[in-house]
Amino acid sequence: MGKKNLLSLLILSIVVMILPLIINNPYYLSILIFVGIYSLITIGLSLLMGYAGQISLGQAAFFGLGAYTSGILTTKFALSPWIALIIAIFVTAGVAFLIGIPALKLKGHYLAMATLAFGQIIFIIFNQEITYTGGPSGFGQIPYFKLGKFMLDSDFRYYYFVWIIVLITLTLSLNLIHSRVGRALRSIHGGEITANIMGVNTARYKIDVFVLSAVYASIAGSLYAHFVTFLSPGTFGFSFSIALLTMVAVGGMASVWGAIMGTALLTILPEFLRIFHDYDILIYGSTLLFIMILLPEGFFIGLFNLIRKGNLPQSHLLKKLLETRR
Amino acid sequence: MNTILEVIGLRKEFGGITALDGVNFKVSNHQIKAIIGPNGAGKTTLFNIICGLYYPTSGIIKFKNSKINGLKPYLIAKKGICRTFQNIQIFENMSVLENVMIGRHCRTKSEILPAMIKLKKTRYEEREARAFAQEMLAFVGLETKAFKLSSNLNIREQRLLEFARALATEPELLLLDEPASGLNIRETEAMTELICKIRDSGVTILLVEHDMSVVMEISDEVIVLNSGKVLAEGTPEKIQNNEAVIAAYLGEE
Amino acid sequence: MSLGSQILQYLFTGITVGSIYGMVALGFNIIYNSTGIINLAQGEFVMLGGMIMISLTTTFKLPLPLGFLISVLLVTMIGAAFERLAIHPLKNPSVITLIIITVAGSILFKGGAMFLWGKGTFTLPAFSGEKPIFILGATILPQTLWILGIMGIVVLLLTLFFSFTQAGKAMKACAVNREAANLMGINVKVMVLFSFALSAAIGAVAGIIIAPISLMDYNRGTMLAVKGFCAAVLGGLGSNLGAITAGFIIGIMESLGAGFISSGYKDAIALVVLLVVLFVKPSGILGNKERSQLKKF
Ligand SMILES: Nc1ncnc2c1ncn2[C@@H]1O[C@H](COP(=O)(O)OP(=O)(O)OP(=O)(O)O)[C@@H](O)[C@H]1O
Ligand SMILES: [Mg+2]
Repeated sequence: MGKKNLLSLLILSIVVMILPLIINNPYYLSILIFVGIYSLITIGLSLLMGYAGQISLGQAAFFGLGAYTSGILTTKFALSPWIALIIAIFVTAGVAFLIGIPALKLKGHYLAMATLAFGQIIFIIFNQEITYTGGPSGFGQIPYFKLGKFMLDSDFRYYYFVWIIVLITLTLSLNLIHSRVGRALRSIHGGEITANIMGVNTARYKIDVFVLSAVYASIAGSLYAHFVTFLSPGTFGFSFSIALLTMVAVGGMASVWGAIMGTALLTILPEFLRIFHDYDILIYGSTLLFIMILLPEGFFIGLFNLIRKGNLPQSHLLKKLLETRR
Repeated sequence: MNTILEVIGLRKEFGGITALDGVNFKVSNHQIKAIIGPNGAGKTTLFNIICGLYYPTSGIIKFKNSKINGLKPYLIAKKGICRTFQNIQIFENMSVLENVMIGRHCRTKSEILPAMIKLKKTRYEEREARAFAQEMLAFVGLETKAFKLSSNLNIREQRLLEFARALATEPELLLLDEPASGLNIRETEAMTELICKIRDSGVTILLVEHDMSVVMEISDEVIVLNSGKVLAEGTPEKIQNNEAVIAAYLGEE
Repeated sequence: MSLGSQILQYLFTGITVGSIYGMVALGFNIIYNSTGIINLAQGEFVMLGGMIMISLTTTFKLPLPLGFLISVLLVTMIGAAFERLAIHPLKNPSVITLIIITVAGSILFKGGAMFLWGKGTFTLPAFSGEKPIFILGATILPQTLWILGIMGIVVLLLTLFFSFTQAGKAMKACAVNREAANLMGINVKVMVLFSFALSAAIGAVAGIIIAPISLMDYNRGTMLAVKGFCAAVLGGLGSNLGAITAGFIIGIMESLGAGFISSGYKDAIALVVLLVVLFVKPSGILGNKERSQLKKF
């Protein structure tokens, strides 16, 4: 990891640490907790999409699998949240592995469809297995995490808990990106067949990173379950998968920093703009389309490059538009 | 001399097209063997099969006396066969140095978890890989471009980058698919020198090239492919005077 | 009802929905063949066809045939516009970009529909009455006959189009080898536009004929798209005969599953089939392995 990333990590850590001291409003604090939880998912999604060039349309289902496994194990089987979190990781990783093996051997759209189908299946299971999941109306009374003597039941404490996990995950992910494996992932994006001929076991890395992204989502799910303490299927449907995709695309797919920024923007904005509640899919759809056509590097990254280097974003269409206007 | 590669009865069909039709030949250690033939003769297809991209319809390929057909490409690279491409295939989303470091991939080991927590061994390996890649860039003469984005290189430099990347895998057998195409006379000369330098460092070379002056100058043996069949095989002098070969080439034009 | 007639009843239901899945799968194939793109907005064309038809005939009181024609025309234009605005401007897009764009298109259509029609569900009166026809103790709705008939016509027209018209033959050439088609002077870019328009039209027809027996709302598209894709994969991506056959198979499995296993898991059946096919034989039961391999390189 280069100096720039270290510096950014330091700045982010400081901002994260002092934010709650400035913001005293518990409502705002809880929004920031959600930003942290969702960031875990989008960091994983950015590794999968931006670095390895694969796509998942069912990331909300892995999030849900983590949340429900944690919720069910702690309420119905009285396990400790910590043990539930770990079991959830293994369950989610196993499921991701099973789905990833066939889908990743094929071309990109098979994985898209397989994950989409998987997401729907999980959604149906959440709704149908009423004895465990409470069906469409969900279930509650999920216990809080306990850290030694501290019960993590206040937003203030949970905020730090979640964000420390985010910072750790971010650091590990940056290490990964700047390693042999990270390079291999990018080579898959650059040219899968060539990468294979140059000695990269492409199938294996695609599965590895897919499973890793599912594990991140699962951890996020457990953190969600023990924060909200109530789960119902609505949270984990297709539209949340799309929302996650949009967050990553807004931030710039090939950047975990972008993923966090995109997540923050699209988590905070809806809280203040009522229009989001009624027309969320319309907004997500047009944002996604707009970004993919005009700023394929992502909104933030595109903007950043524009300011720093005076480079136009690498969009064919945008260039054309700007040229004809001159 | 030891045989490093042996191709026995190789056949490849694409739908109705027979691209290779019972090809047999051997490559000895440390030589440069050239494969020539008109467009569509099946040269690239042969390379694609040797490096594991296509499965042959029938036939056997032996590398250092063990059968390699059926293996996945990355395993074949690990065994010591690497190649360059007729249509340049570099990773345009990566820097020049990173491209070459991909070549080091099969000679290093750290997987996801060690990479995430940056074990001492991983860091050591990473430094080694970087140094080796830089050495390879220097070998082909691209050391000054290491940190450029690879898509910003010109054709000649991109070909050299493919060489460096292939060499970084420490191949024993290197397949070169038309390395001089798109180069001018001076550049071709330098390329010829580089190929000899690689051979002298102990790598066996299988070369596909349309530029006959290059082929005749540096190869120890030549195979002529025509419509998927071996038409002739022998030293460059013998091939130049072979009537069947002359007929095939004249018939082409 | 005896077991025999019960099974027969499930078969009828299965064939009805199965023909819709088959038509969605056809839409996938047409675009896939000429572009290599899986258009995830395919289900939305179906939804839009149904919704527009309902508005035209119930709100604007247009007669059925006219409403049918205008709905199909409108959706065709939407499909073509989508291609022009979202797919056409891209230069060498990666697979992942294309997937995201068609997904974005799909939710944009969905959002647009929600904006126009709200979240309520709507029905269309059946084309010719609701009086069921009794066959061996099972019943068929007249609408089912309409669905099968119209699907037959669509398949027939498509076959004629691909074998006898210039544009159809050109599209078939693109399907076999896009580069070669380009070299032969076929304007591949126009074919892409054509294929989007054609798929949208077929989707709209499917949406219109299914509307009377299945409620329509803004959110119908995604599930239809996924099930249509299941049919397309099961039938071997790119094979039209396979798509129709697989559509029936999935429809029948679904209605038998809903009847004998669990109605709650009805929707999961097709999805499980998809995952199993991907696992066992990704070229599809009716697909050709050699061909799908050739397509890859
Ligand atoms: N993936 C493929 N699918 C179908 N046909 C193929 C494929 N690859 C090669 N062929 C066919 O096999 C034959 C041999 O092609 P190949 O590329 O090996 O020729 P070549 O000797 O490398 O020619 P050139 O000198 O032009 O590079 C050609 O007829 C070609 O059309
Ligand atoms: Mg060739």
